[in-house]
Amino acid sequence: MAETTATQSAPEPIPVVRADYLPILLVPALALAALPLIGNTTTWVTLTIAALAMGMMIFVIASGLTLVFGLMDVLNFGHGAFIAVGAYLAMTTLLPLAGWMQADSLALNLAALGLAMLAAMLGTGLLGWAFERVIIMPVYGQHLKQILITTGGLIVAEQLIHVLWGGDQKPMALPTGLRGAVTIGDVAIEKFRLLALAIGLIVFLAMLLVLNRTKLGLLIRAGVENGEMVEALGYRIRRLFVAVFVAGSALAGLGGTMWALYRETLTAGIGGEVIVLVFIVIIIGGLGSVGGCFLGSILVAQMANYTGYLAPKVALASNILLMVIVLMWRPQGLYPVAKR
Amino acid sequence: MPEALLTLEGVHTHVGQYHILQGVDFEVPKGAMTVLLGRNGAGKTTTLRTIMGLWKPSAGRVRFDGRDIGGTATPDIARAGIAYIPETMGVFSDLTVQENMVLAAQRGALDAARLEWIFAFFPALRRFWTHPAGVLSGGQKQMLSIARAIVEPRRLILVDEPTKGIAPAIIDNMIRAFQELKREATTVLLVEQNFRFAEALGDFAVVMDDGRIVHRDSMGALARDTATQTRLLGLSLEAHG
Repeated sequence: MAETTATQSAPEPIPVVRADYLPILLVPALALAALPLIGNTTTWVTLTIAALAMGMMIFVIASGLTLVFGLMDVLNFGHGAFIAVGAYLAMTTLLPLAGWMQADSLALNLAALGLAMLAAMLGTGLLGWAFERVIIMPVYGQHLKQILITTGGLIVAEQLIHVLWGGDQKPMALPTGLRGAVTIGDVAIEKFRLLALAIGLIVFLAMLLVLNRTKLGLLIRAGVENGEMVEALGYRIRRLFVAVFVAGSALAGLGGTMWALYRETLTAGIGGEVIVLVFIVIIIGGLGSVGGCFLGSILVAQMANYTGYLAPKVALASNILLMVIVLMWRPQGLYPVAKR
Repeated sequence: MPEALLTLEGVHTHVGQYHILQGVDFEVPKGAMTVLLGRNGAGKTTTLRTIMGLWKPSAGRVRFDGRDIGGTATPDIARAGIAYIPETMGVFSDLTVQENMVLAAQRGALDAARLEWIFAFFPALRRFWTHPAGVLSGGQKQMLSIARAIVEPRRLILVDEPTKGIAPAIIDNMIRAFQELKREATTVLLVEQNFRFAEALGDFAVVMDDGRIVHRDSMGALARDTATQTRLLGLSLEAHG
């Protein structure tokens, strides 16, 4: 390479990139706004911690879906199927582990839950791979067909659950060590909620690590922004998408297991119960944004818990109102992903 | 004329219901810069996208180094040694300048000597190395887009209107970068409406109109032939030159 001298001019100043913390402030703002309405500080703390735990569960379910949409513009209304199948697989795995679940050892309790969650993730990951091959692949780039066929896939999955596990409501008891609450002062915090909080944070941190510190993560972030250019640089975006779809399905299975344990019961329609909140989360977070999804999950869960306590009949409507307000403020969501 | 590295033979491309390329034939000689000229809507960008596999030809053959790549997937075309700089630049705004370059390096780690060579043309990239590409100006994004394409030696570089909306000082640096690539005997197919830029760099000129090739000549001959320029390119040269 020859020596080269470029035309030199006065260097332009480097623009200051200001971190956008404003959406994060919505969490404490919403919590503080709810305090006078709730009136009782103890109840408020309990509801806030419950919201954080619920938010983590919603995040685990929604994170894969938002990446799937961001990466390939695929509207997967069948995501609820992975939630339900994951919960049923976990329930089935826990049946022979009843001894561990009822043991007084927290380690055995957690080992049983860990195995159940692993089985749920493996099963739903595999189901996700088949779902992508058979249902999603033929309808790339056709949003209307995607909505119809993935909704059909959800219905078929629910009916298969009826066939395999029966249509009645199933109990999903918590293990001995996670029943009850930890009391700090006047505040009682359910033990399972603390576990859900921990799992959600671990998933979030793991995703941040993968997305920001690995080449796979770089490719996913680049693919969300401009998949065509990723291909033009020599990478197969389809393979990347399948990997993300499988991972997202596995996370939905994990989230479904956590949701069923949180409810302590499950039916084939468990996916449908939570999927509306999941879609609200990915819309207000910004389609394809993991950070936005995390924040959106907490906000939606806060709204659900506070209004569930203050005015249960408007709990869902309040979240739709939250979505409308957020979109009026930021039409692309709280943390929009740059798109080509 | 040197041996052809890329040959298009009777290429037709449909985009949706539109029949854009209607039998495109031309050659890109090895080690030279071929400039593809034409009015807006002539099919220049479609030609590049068809070569890159982003749109599939409905008929005809695209041969790269003797191999038909007409039905080949875009990543395989890129791995065969063809780099693409789109008109939209295709910079990943959410990623840092460094991360953009890392993704472009197909062989793995970035080559420090090659990076220094690139920084000599585009010093702003060194300054913004750890900054998100989204903060770059339009000209700096174009620098990054070109730098990504040349981060490793490529056999063929497809460039779509790199000077569009770019400040003259940056265009001068671009000219130097492409002249250096020419000294390396890198083959380039350049779509350009800025005639000064095209004239400074081009060895051969191919003119398109309505999805067909209507003129082939050396760049020098076309630069001297103002009557042909006016007839084939109309006001575009005056407007952009």
